[in-house]
Amino acid sequence: MDTVKNYFFSDMGIMLGRSMRHIFRSMDTIITVTITPIAMMLLFVYVLGGAIQTGMDNYVNYLLPGILLMAIASGVAYTSYRLFMDMQRGIFERFHSIPIARSAPLWGHVLTSLVSNAISVLVIILVALLTGFRSSAGVLSWLAVAGILALFTLALTWIAVIAGLSATSVDGAGAFAYPLIFLPFISSAFVPTETMPGPVRAFAENQPVTAIVDAIRALLSNQQVGNDIWIALAWCVGIMLVAYVSAMRVYKRRV
Amino acid sequence: MQNEAIQVKGLQKSYKNLPVLEGVDLEVEKGSIFALLGSNGAGKTTVIKILTTLLKQDGGTASINGFDVATKPDSVRKSISLTGQFAAVDEILSGRENLIMIAQLRHLKDTRQVANELLDRFGLTDVADRRVSTYSGGMRRRLDIAMSLVGKPPIIFLDEPTTGLDPEARLEVWKTVKQLANNGTTVFLTTQYLDEAEQLADRIAILHEGKIIANGTLADLKKLFPPTKVEYVEKQPTLEDIFLAIIGKKEKK
Repeated sequence: MDTVKNYFFSDMGIMLGRSMRHIFRSMDTIITVTITPIAMMLLFVYVLGGAIQTGMDNYVNYLLPGILLMAIASGVAYTSYRLFMDMQRGIFERFHSIPIARSAPLWGHVLTSLVSNAISVLVIILVALLTGFRSSAGVLSWLAVAGILALFTLALTWIAVIAGLSATSVDGAGAFAYPLIFLPFISSAFVPTETMPGPVRAFAENQPVTAIVDAIRALLSNQQVGNDIWIALAWCVGIMLVAYVSAMRVYKRRV
Repeated sequence: MQNEAIQVKGLQKSYKNLPVLEGVDLEVEKGSIFALLGSNGAGKTTVIKILTTLLKQDGGTASINGFDVATKPDSVRKSISLTGQFAAVDEILSGRENLIMIAQLRHLKDTRQVANELLDRFGLTDVADRRVSTYSGGMRRRLDIAMSLVGKPPIIFLDEPTTGLDPEARLEVWKTVKQLANNGTTVFLTTQYLDEAEQLADRIAILHEGKIIANGTLADLKKLFPPTKVEYVEKQPTLEDIFLAIIGKKEKK
């Protein structure tokens, strides 16, 4: 048992290398993940944005955090897709009949999700810079933003793991992502919540996306962050823990 | 030193309330080819999954290479490899990358060398750097078996290794399995083709309704039937004979 445990990190590294190769050999996974949020960003900046009163003079700066969250929400759908395909094709059975750490194949997918979403986020930030996004934030603020986004990715990735492991069809494996992609629309991501009618506003102000968006926005524009960052972190960590525990339970049952 | 590579006693497994295995007993001698014969849904794959530690049994014991599957799964995994019913290869990687990946996971040294030897042995050197998604069914199966041989495990499980293959690829697989056994590897295979068991296996067991209803060499099994009557029948070539003859001629040209 000990020898198997000792190899956990190298086994996981091999698994990460494998799925990163998948991503670089079918660049469509990065392209499809980034193209919709980028199109959305251009639409809002150049078509709708002019009519939206945000209290910030640069609408891209207002919009970007929500766009990044949308990209991550659609990116994790690929994690459940890849996981589902591995289960379906029997390659997981091959891995599990080799003396490797039992959870290494799963962690390989989780790390891949983290890396590939980071690439998507970078691509979108580059496009945002072209459309006029500017930030006065320092290194520490950027690190904090990266940390929040990484936690958000992990939280959604573990949800994606549950979906990928329990799905019975390819379509089912990715379907869980649609409501997640839609969540930023009912939040402070595109417009301030003040103009929304009562119940919608109550929902928008108390769902995780708003806290996360507000925290990132404040960090990027060098404003006082306040409580938002703690609420955002609490949401991310809370979702992550619950999803992780349930995902591991499903995983142990399936393999 | 015991002579049995695989020992199974009273193996039981049910899915929910549906009993699949109701007390399976079998033994496989080291270095032999053992065929588990049964119709679809007889529980052949369930037996393989339990013996390869992918599934836990409800009752009975099974030991592989002297290690109990339930209490020493890691030692069992070190002694075996599994080639499942569907070619478990990575489609996006090349054949070489697939082999190197398994060699790394088995923590071998000189993974490149291991991959090269197997590619050569299975006639895949020419296509080694092509993506597996471009391989034919036979090539895929060959790669699949090659991946099982990485690290030279002493016991190999093949679950319906020739299902879905064309006759030529089937013969290739048979040749490979015979070579393995000649080199001292124990082979446990399942099949639903009677001629496959007849061609390959030293011992054959028939799994029916959750139990082994017959177990022995081909000669033993033949004794279970009434004595042979001599009849004169004109031997017609089978379609398989014809197919292989035509293909063979084409390739010689």
